[in-house]
Amino acid sequence: MTEQPALSVQNVSHAFGDVRAVDDVSFSVAAGRFTALLGVNGAGKSTLFNLITRLYSNRSGSIAVCGHDMQAAPREALLSLGVVFQSRSLDNALSAAENIIYQAALHGIGRREALSRGEALLARVGLSDLMGKKIGALSGGQARRVEIARAMLHQPNLLLCDEATVGLDVKSRTDIVADMHKLTVEDGVGILWATHLVDEIWPDDQVVVLHKGRVLADKAAAEVADGGDLSDAFLTMTGDGS
Amino acid sequence: MNGWTTCAWGVIWREGLRFVQQKERFLSALVRPLVWLFIFAVGFRSVLGLSIIPPYETYILYEVYVVPGLCAMIQLFNGMQSSLSMVYDRETGAMRTLLVSPYPRWFLLLSKLLASTVVSIFQVYAFLIVAYIWGVEPPPMGFLAVLPALILSGLLLGALGLLISSAVKQLENFAGVMNFVIFPMFFASSALYPLWRIEEGSTLLHDIALFNPFTHCVELIRFALYLKVDTIGLPVVIACAAAFFAAAVFAYDPSRGVLARKGGR
Repeated sequence: MTEQPALSVQNVSHAFGDVRAVDDVSFSVAAGRFTALLGVNGAGKSTLFNLITRLYSNRSGSIAVCGHDMQAAPREALLSLGVVFQSRSLDNALSAAENIIYQAALHGIGRREALSRGEALLARVGLSDLMGKKIGALSGGQARRVEIARAMLHQPNLLLCDEATVGLDVKSRTDIVADMHKLTVEDGVGILWATHLVDEIWPDDQVVVLHKGRVLADKAAAEVADGGDLSDAFLTMTGDGS
Repeated sequence: MNGWTTCAWGVIWREGLRFVQQKERFLSALVRPLVWLFIFAVGFRSVLGLSIIPPYETYILYEVYVVPGLCAMIQLFNGMQSSLSMVYDRETGAMRTLLVSPYPRWFLLLSKLLASTVVSIFQVYAFLIVAYIWGVEPPPMGFLAVLPALILSGLLLGALGLLISSAVKQLENFAGVMNFVIFPMFFASSALYPLWRIEEGSTLLHDIALFNPFTHCVELIRFALYLKVDTIGLPVVIACAAAFFAAAVFAYDPSRGVLARKGGR
């Protein structure tokens, strides 16, 4: 029997007026696998994320999280889903602990359990002492880790990260990407990692290349690179390489 | 607590926490009606004569008349403030955290609405205490009896705020809300002068005030504060609150309402 994918996107299209932002896109994210959604700015990654998270209504094709159809069973699908958005979504006026309590409540998790899970998640990345600090007082990298911990509070099977390292320094980016890979191995979480930065992708990762709303490739990074450099392969594929 | 109550409580807790942290917001919520009570009402006392009108059983000072209207004004501004914070949350991205919760959207919006109502009721009671010290003394039981009326009017004005927040694209557009929602609703109502007085001046304005849901919020609060039930205001406020909330839920539905239009197809 085949294992249920953490995410299945089938024949999904979405348009803004006459502009087709996502055009007949199909791919899946296996459980416990790091899948990079690679595309330049404007490729349709954020639109796709908004569709997967039901912020936009999906009107063609189907999206399922752990077998739960997002249209037919949104509650079950969203329960299995954690999200880190491209722009910051933490409340700067509140502390990390308060943000965590709020997020946990939105998933029906009580205060005590939330704090216990939040501390454990932050401790894994050596940041448990940040719980009492206001988000506004944290560095970009620290705030991002709090966001990731927050997205993992309800122990989802799928984590969506939309350009989660934008604006961070190289060290923070590298550390966060490494933490994410660790999550897939240790917790069996499937991760869909939207990025335009090729250096965030490891050779064993699955890569979905999205360009002008269409999927150009869906295979392991090493296969996309085809013995060469992934960056060159990507540029050639998207027509930006010379 | 089960998951649903935990979720609703979390939304109310966050709204309360933000309110407590924004001391300026509380101060301005209190100062605004007090300016009307301490300055405007004193000036108007000698100009505006008030006959005996229900729920009052005797002649009253203008300060006494205006207090229920100012209670409703606090809730009106609070509803718009909540709406403003929804637009701010949408601009900063915090709104998405709420909307990807597994609980249904109507429930999340209802939790937001309850949170806004709770915050507005605290502000109203703070104002009523100051007004009491100033000499506006409704029956002591009126402080308790007014609570259901405040809940209903808070829900109506909060639901209106939710509905407006779905349509306002940017924070900058909020000046329009002041001009086209808050001021007309407040001035074309029975908050500052009785409807019969308005009718003397303009029948059209009287009719507008009569159809203004804010008038019924004011009257519901006024009657409850004096231990009476406004039998017209009560069903109107309940019906308008339900209608505004239903419209807000529709507007926030990604497949049907305003969000659908913004989100493409």
